[in-house]
Amino acid sequence: MAKKEYSFYPGCSSERKSSASNYMVSVESMCKTLDIKLNEIPDWNCCGASIGYAEGGELPRHAMNARNIALSEKHNPGQNIVATCAACWLGAKETHERLSASEQLLADTKEALKEAGLDMDYKGEVEIRHMVEVLIEDFGYDQLAKPVVKPLEGIKIAGYVGCQTNRPFGVAGESFENPKYLDKLTEIMGAEPVEKYDQKVTCCGGALAFSEPEKSQAQIKKIIESAYDFGAEMIVTPCPVCQMNVEVYQDQINKKYGTKFHIPVTYYSQLMAVAYGSSAKEAGLDGNVIRATRLEEIAAKPAKK
Amino acid sequence: MSELNKVMVEKYRNDFLREVEANVEEGNWVKMCMQCGVCSGSCPFGPYWEHPPQEIFMMVRAGKREEVLTSESMWMCTSCYNCIVRCPRELPITHIMHGLANYAHRLGIAPKMNPTRRFAKLFWQNIVKGGRVNELKLSIGLYFMDGFSNGVKKGLEMLPVGLGLLKTGRLNPFGLLGGGKCKGAGDIHKMLKKAQEIENRRKGFAS
Repeated sequence: MAKKEYSFYPGCSSERKSSASNYMVSVESMCKTLDIKLNEIPDWNCCGASIGYAEGGELPRHAMNARNIALSEKHNPGQNIVATCAACWLGAKETHERLSASEQLLADTKEALKEAGLDMDYKGEVEIRHMVEVLIEDFGYDQLAKPVVKPLEGIKIAGYVGCQTNRPFGVAGESFENPKYLDKLTEIMGAEPVEKYDQKVTCCGGALAFSEPEKSQAQIKKIIESAYDFGAEMIVTPCPVCQMNVEVYQDQINKKYGTKFHIPVTYYSQLMAVAYGSSAKEAGLDGNVIRATRLEEIAAKPAKK
Repeated sequence: MSELNKVMVEKYRNDFLREVEANVEEGNWVKMCMQCGVCSGSCPFGPYWEHPPQEIFMMVRAGKREEVLTSESMWMCTSCYNCIVRCPRELPITHIMHGLANYAHRLGIAPKMNPTRRFAKLFWQNIVKGGRVNELKLSIGLYFMDGFSNGVKKGLEMLPVGLGLLKTGRLNPFGLLGGGKCKGAGDIHKMLKKAQEIENRRKGFAS
């Protein structure tokens, strides 16, 4: 397999001792197996997330994302930018689209960037991509299945795609209402996807899990309940916010609703790392608050082939 | 009434639609709404909106300036983008809702105590400081938004969640001392100051 190289925008939650640090650990393991080289954008900054709109407004928000794009163009010229976080991907891609569509916005953004010592050479040739796009489009399911040495046999998994990896941009060839790629990834890793999982694109509340916890937890309850109803033992997601929201509030939801939720919520990259033969630690499984014991057991066993 | 709000009232008089088109992100799309209601039915927090998006669009057209801008409605947006992908006329509804909320906030007439408005402000201040999110400061800032005793109460409620993250290495126990900092934080401050200046000028917000 040829080495593939990308300019990498990891995002705040992936930093060490941050809420999605274990996502990053598993991505590194997965990329090692697939021979993907991620060139981190030097000194990248926050994308502003979606909640940044209220105080940040329009141009400051775009300036934040444009700085990352400009730094990428400067240090990793010609390389497409890849993000692992849904919000980072969305923020950067949205800015990229808006700047490509408006000369005035582009000129204004450039003026702001000059203050940060950056002259943005905006060609619009660089694409802003999500890691799952890289997997599906640059590798394809057949290629991704090849390195599997420990198939995740017998685990029923609900693929929770969530919002921002799915809307408004989504993954080419997938529908907004019933995207299938996460189930396909689960399947080629040897696990059993819950294909009728009806809450796969339901919103977890996003940032409003902080500001409107009751309303958000009502959403999260639906997302978990449906996974249980269809016999899932685990939920998998591509999004750091989805992962955290669905995982860490289960006790609070249990207290409020009298439920007995205790279901692990993992990243696709953790499934892949384990199936590719990584240890539990290399797959970031020690970072799950609700331990994914089935994956840990598989990770501890010797490889099948 | 804030100075800026007065200026805008004077400038646009009864033409709220024109005001929205000129000042709100993607506001020029408002008149394209055909009132089908798909957005309202698609919104995960739909039941909590005083006026769902479809209604907001009609209210903008009907000149209900104060009702729209002082509403809690737009602050219910979770940024799930359901409305955008389902709108038959392809209105960028999420962005228009964000835009309306931001505009009301800048005019100083958005609901003061709305938790999402306050959290959003906290979030932006958090990221602007060092260039990246400092998660510990953000959470603690949120809990202590309503004073010390409320903060202690909320902090205790959230303690098991925090400890879970701490034990799994997903929260920095020294986050209050540092973290979330770019080398170019100073550059980012200058850049954002400039961006704000330009935006104020373009939108007629400059004082």
